[in-house]
Amino acid sequence: MSVMGEIQRNSTHAGDDLGVLRFITAGSVDDGKSTLIGRLLHDTKTILEDQLAAVKRASRRRGHEEIDLSLLTDGLEAEREQGITIDVAYRYFATPRRKFIIADTPGHEQYTRNMVTGASTADVAIILIDARKGVLTQTRRHTCIAHLLGVRHIVVAINKMDLVDHAQPVFDRIRADFLALAGGLGIPDLRFIPMSALRGDMVVERGLVAREQRLDWYAGETLLQVLEGINIADESDALPARFPVQLVVRPGTSTDFRGYAGRLESGVLRVGEEVVALPSGRRTTIKEIALLDRQLPLAVAGDSVTLVLADEIDLSRGDVIATAATPPRAARSIDARICWLAAEAPNAAGRFVLKHTSRSVRARLARINDRIDINSFERQPTPAALAMNDIAHATLNLAKPIFVDPYASNRITGAFILIDEATNQTVAAGMIEA
Amino acid sequence: MNAQLAPSPVTGTAPPALPLRSHLDWLESEAIHILREVAGECANPVLLFSGGKDSTVLLRLAEKAFRPGRFPFPLLHIDTGHNFDEVIAFRDARAAELGERLLVRLVEDSMGRGTVRPHKETDSRNAAQSVTLLEAIEEFGFDAAIGGARRDEEKARAKERVFSFRDEFGQWDPKNQRPELWNLYNTRVHKGEHMRVFPISNWTELDVWQYIEREGIAVPSIYFSHRRPVIRRSGLLVPVTRLTPPDEGETVEEMAVRFRTVGDISCTCPVESTAATTAEIIAETVLTTVTERGATRMDDQTSDASMERRKKEGYF
Ligand SMILES: Nc1nc2c(ncn2[C@@H]2O[C@H](COP(=O)(O)OP(=O)(O)O)[C@@H](O)[C@H]2O)c(=O)[nH]1
Repeated sequence: MSVMGEIQRNSTHAGDDLGVLRFITAGSVDDGKSTLIGRLLHDTKTILEDQLAAVKRASRRRGHEEIDLSLLTDGLEAEREQGITIDVAYRYFATPRRKFIIADTPGHEQYTRNMVTGASTADVAIILIDARKGVLTQTRRHTCIAHLLGVRHIVVAINKMDLVDHAQPVFDRIRADFLALAGGLGIPDLRFIPMSALRGDMVVERGLVAREQRLDWYAGETLLQVLEGINIADESDALPARFPVQLVVRPGTSTDFRGYAGRLESGVLRVGEEVVALPSGRRTTIKEIALLDRQLPLAVAGDSVTLVLADEIDLSRGDVIATAATPPRAARSIDARICWLAAEAPNAAGRFVLKHTSRSVRARLARINDRIDINSFERQPTPAALAMNDIAHATLNLAKPIFVDPYASNRITGAFILIDEATNQTVAAGMIEA
Repeated sequence: MNAQLAPSPVTGTAPPALPLRSHLDWLESEAIHILREVAGECANPVLLFSGGKDSTVLLRLAEKAFRPGRFPFPLLHIDTGHNFDEVIAFRDARAAELGERLLVRLVEDSMGRGTVRPHKETDSRNAAQSVTLLEAIEEFGFDAAIGGARRDEEKARAKERVFSFRDEFGQWDPKNQRPELWNLYNTRVHKGEHMRVFPISNWTELDVWQYIEREGIAVPSIYFSHRRPVIRRSGLLVPVTRLTPPDEGETVEEMAVRFRTVGDISCTCPVESTAATTAEIIAETVLTTVTERGATRMDDQTSDASMERRKKEGYF
């Protein structure tokens, strides 16, 4: 029997629904990011008449004859006043094959932390380049941040091709420049697409250029085709299983049911498989994988389920069930890259709570080793203090162990946030190195 | 160059036959994870249940998150008194069927206390709901209120967090929200402050209907096509109710309509429709040309920024 047959997923489009793809768009101000997002929403018929009418009114108020698609994604009053985007916004569109979630982050200089936030959950990063300007310092910065956050698929959108006569040499030169700066990063999947977001060329449709035969030298896919085709499921399924326990489900006296509720963050777990429970280190096997009234033969990365184990093991929230042969490391001290998110510098005497999967522990920032220049991505001497948007290497000491993998191999069990105990603010994002 | 950058992770080869997760599987898993985080981290949460489709979907997700255990929170409805009877009947039946505790707090009572003062009886009570909600949060000492709002509903919601912090006045400050990374939610609040939690933030109207269809979830009858007397008023179909009688000279027509949202009757409009099943609603939703709020809410048309302003004041 095929695995597909066994699992009996309740898929609405059985077979051809590729699930959800999350992506982030990054570019400098005026490269056309808002226009590109507006174009994606518009050409996938996501924008409805009343929204379109509102944008037309707004375009006219600003003295534009044509509809300005970039106004579609203008969010809050505060940023409308300032005329810039000041925070991460999420947009949605869907095709029959896939649902897409866009993290729309501002291109403005100061907002590294917004891009870090958006990239933390992104499968793909679209790096925008204005064909007239070519590769800029920001291009390098955005690419490095995406890579640092573990985004494996990077699409370089070379925009405004209409303003450079759709010239292939321009495209080729920008691609070569980009490869020169990012070639050493080891990005596993890197693609280049010439486009005009304004005219809608190579975004969802091949566009006007196809009829005009002006981009005939580009035989590759449109942006949407690329986004529909990227396979992400295998990446997390191939990792060792990690199941942080969120809750113990024990309905009470009438039954001895004891289940562990959580989400399988990576890997695959099958009924009958041997697992290890941490921190106890006890081994047992999976007896049941349940989702309400359904019993599943297996769970894949991302599934929220309830596990029943063959032996009675005392587990609680924050503990982990993992592949027995390749468990995560129990760590009381970690080396990590952190991005400082707060306006105030870290207080040396500060008390932090470190949240890692479903476990929260007290933490101290033992040492800030060095700062990373996000433009060159080179290490700099230890800074006097961390400022907002700084990325640094740090050592943290923890009151209790957490069960970690390096961020480079697991984006969930390698990630944490730091919360200031006094203010309750989220002050840093962390990626574990060792 | 860049020797300090970690090498990219090695991709092993997964067994090729593993099942793909559909977009509904993805959304469901995310929402269950969020509900369980609330249960694991918040001392005294509550789930806002109005009988509408979004909060009805939340109940289904809560069953998946917590059964065979009980829900780790009560249900709360802020009752404007301006309801469709079918929705209230559905609300009570659904809560009873689940065997979970339903709390109801009335906008009328806030009016009695003088904390809500409508100009006239027929005014929309959507905004007044926030006052009664904050009063209920204070009364019970809730530190988290789970709601069914979606980011696709309105521009001002696009930046809303999954765990959205509210200060001791219940205010939302769009410039001072906690960054939300990975699936790590900062749920910490001081006494008197609380979180609003939105497990279906990433769902669209279409996702909600597809999930209702897939799971066979019952929703109030007025979501489906039925005949109802309506008046045409500035592009909307206004249902004839005790609060929205026809003005002089207006013609009342009987039409086949359904509701896309079921809010305050004084300002919730149906759309013309013959969709009698969930599948037919999905087909219509795919083809629709107007947003859920645009088609159905008189109060949101006033200003582009009206939602943002209301949210700052504590609206859901
Ligand atoms: N000619 C041309 N103009 C574009 C293109 N994409 C964007 N623009 C224009 O570039 C300007 C900046 O675009 P916008 O989307 O606001 O940039 P953002 O700051 O990156 O969001 C606007 O005037 C757009 O109309 C394009 O492909 N071709």
